[in-house]
Amino acid sequence: MADLAVAPRAWGGRVRLLAWLQEYGVYVSVLALLLFNVVFTPHFLEVANFRTQLIQVAPVVITSLGMALVIGTEGIDLSVGSVMALASAVVVLYLGYGAPVAIVAALIAGAAVGAGGGALVAYVGVQPIVATLALLVGVRGLANVLVPQLTEFRNPTLITLGSRSVLGLPLVVIIAAALTVLVAFLVKRTTFGRQLVAVGGNRAASRLSGLPVRRVLVTVYLISGLLAAVAGVLATSRLQASDPTSLGLLMELSAITAVVVGGTPLTGGRVRVLGTVLGALLIQLLQATLIKHNLPQSWTQMVQAVIILAAVYAARGRRA
Amino acid sequence: MATAVLEARGISKGFPGVLALDDVSFRLDAGQVHALVGENGAGKSTLIKVLTGVYRPDRGTLLLRGEPVTFDHPLAAQRAGISTIYQEVNLVPQMSLAHNLLLGREPRSRLGVIDMTQLYAEAERVMTRYGIRTDVRRPLRSLGMGTQQMVALARAVSIDARVVIMDEPTSALEPREVDTLFGVIADLRAQGISLIYVSHRLDELYRICDRVTVLRDGRVAHGGPLDELPRVDLVALMLGRDPAEIRREGATKFSGEHTAAASGPLVEARSLSRRPALRDVSVQVRPGEVVGLGGLLGAGRSETAKAIAGALPLDGGTVLVAGQEVRRGSPAAAIRAGVSLVPEDRKAEGIVPTLSVKDNIALAALPQLSRSGVVSDARVDRIVDSFMRRLRIKAASPDQKVAELSGGNQQKVLLARSLATGAKVLLLDEPTRGIDVGAKAEVQALIDELAAEGLGVLLISSDLEELVEGADRVVVLRDGAVAGELSGDQVTEEAIMATIAATGETDG
Repeated sequence: MADLAVAPRAWGGRVRLLAWLQEYGVYVSVLALLLFNVVFTPHFLEVANFRTQLIQVAPVVITSLGMALVIGTEGIDLSVGSVMALASAVVVLYLGYGAPVAIVAALIAGAAVGAGGGALVAYVGVQPIVATLALLVGVRGLANVLVPQLTEFRNPTLITLGSRSVLGLPLVVIIAAALTVLVAFLVKRTTFGRQLVAVGGNRAASRLSGLPVRRVLVTVYLISGLLAAVAGVLATSRLQASDPTSLGLLMELSAITAVVVGGTPLTGGRVRVLGTVLGALLIQLLQATLIKHNLPQSWTQMVQAVIILAAVYAARGRRA
Repeated sequence: MATAVLEARGISKGFPGVLALDDVSFRLDAGQVHALVGENGAGKSTLIKVLTGVYRPDRGTLLLRGEPVTFDHPLAAQRAGISTIYQEVNLVPQMSLAHNLLLGREPRSRLGVIDMTQLYAEAERVMTRYGIRTDVRRPLRSLGMGTQQMVALARAVSIDARVVIMDEPTSALEPREVDTLFGVIADLRAQGISLIYVSHRLDELYRICDRVTVLRDGRVAHGGPLDELPRVDLVALMLGRDPAEIRREGATKFSGEHTAAASGPLVEARSLSRRPALRDVSVQVRPGEVVGLGGLLGAGRSETAKAIAGALPLDGGTVLVAGQEVRRGSPAAAIRAGVSLVPEDRKAEGIVPTLSVKDNIALAALPQLSRSGVVSDARVDRIVDSFMRRLRIKAASPDQKVAELSGGNQQKVLLARSLATGAKVLLLDEPTRGIDVGAKAEVQALIDELAAEGLGVLLISSDLEELVEGADRVVVLRDGAVAGELSGDQVTEEAIMATIAATGETDG
């Protein structure tokens, strides 16, 4: 980094541009995409369209928040999609005790899986990608055992959760927004948040400074599991059915994409909460735009790939 | 004189900002065991990398048996018969001993498959020659470090190495394994194989080496037969001192005298042990006292500091702060008790590069600066501001990234981090290494000031002058054990060097 000062001007300019892109690229992209739609996409500005977009993106936002925390510690959590499925299975299993009990049970299950993964990482020393890959496979299996086939339900409370609106805003969106504020507070204002980024930035230094490194790691994965379970419950209530085979499939990839596109470096030491939310919105908006212009899903995937590479390139150039 | 097996003439090698090797010449004869010594940054590893083709020298020539050579690649050096055995043995830990030993040269049956029976028989035969009797089918990682090293050595020799370079080969070995290794080295020498032996253990050097080359700041400080060089002179050369004329008055910022309270020790380490790095090390620091830890690289100074700070798992020993035993192996417990370490390796163990100056300073004190888990920004700002001012930390703002600061200012940030925890005892591991002259003087003045305020300081420094002028008392370590303690008028550069050089009787 000291090289920055002595780098030739042309290089310095490019590095500065990349740094700026990593910092604000996601905001600019979302804004540009919105403007494009305002001009070229009919009916885009209608409230109904916006509602649909936001409701669809809410579970992605919620899981991405947890993923951002994990990535901030230089880790990764591949188990989030399977945890969503597990939460979906548990909520239906316990629905007989009433919706609140069922929801709490689902959240506990998600937190427990997260804490288990965290313990593997922090105490056993398993690499995060390996520990959570095992959970990705195993927990999906467990969810399928608990609820072997698609199961519909008619619990009014649970259905309301997914479909109700407060002051014109869907409850799902309000929950996602509230969790965003909560996680932002956690990162910016609490001891835990500061310790989290320090552990990601330099684990040896954190240990020598007396930080509870292992506890921080376990907590981070626990929160990721808990948030994935929230997303799972919300998705289930919108579906009005539990579908452990396909619910949350590939969600880990969407979440990682949102985090990376949002400017959080995979090397840890930094968490960008708002960037992550906008990263999720960017992908969602992109999909919606391409669909509205009658381009197939495969196009979205390819454009998504370009955006991911651009985000990682901007992050890389910054450190060079 | 016979032709040298390997000779370096006038080698220079620079990196941005440093001249790592400056006109270095070096000569290795057949059957010679040549000690290569020097402190950190002296240029040993650069020279080794030049000899083994990792780096190409900017100037100078390499001669192999009298013929000029250039190694474009480490493999070229290996093919020319130069083998390196690094500290971390470069073998495949999952494979069996036999496979590792004969990797790439496995005996084949007529069908082209590896003939296992013959492989194992051959491996057993080779290892017996090296005094190792173990099941050669066992995976390498299940064997002791000594055996692994021996396999690396046997492998190097079996691929026709004429020159073997060993970098700190005994640092992870038990005394018995060291004896075996030395037996093998004697055999190799008898076969005419030459060795370059890098180590800081004087006893070992005098036991097996014929000649010595001392590097200091990238230059050859001395070269010649080892048995003609008194130990004290070797130590003086390594530490950059001319034993004949040691300057009396120094240039450091230390005032020299502290009024150590006559009270009991602030921190007391009793019989710290961790094999093989520490053996029964005891140190005390009283309030207002600066205690120096002297010794060569690898003598156990950093390990002692880390052990006191709770950052090193121990086999035995206790640390007491104000008479109270501190829980072992927990840096957090040590910090709560008032002991804080500023580590030697700023980059790896000190700063958190992604965070700001402010967050770095507040890092260890966060629990004291928060209420029910929420950080009080006002309190953080106040403490950060006061330490930035007191330590004269030069940063654009407290929010500047710490990675953008100079080395000296980063060091001050780490000192501030320790002080912010309200530490009563500071363990400073090479606090002035690699920082500019101005910052160095400031840090030294600060150490004095803190001691005057009643803090206890344990000061590790390879700079003898700093140690003599800064410390009230110096505990000298050698090979992981206390070799002696000097206080008052005894604290002189000569006395420290003499203590380091004294024959270690605890060895063996």
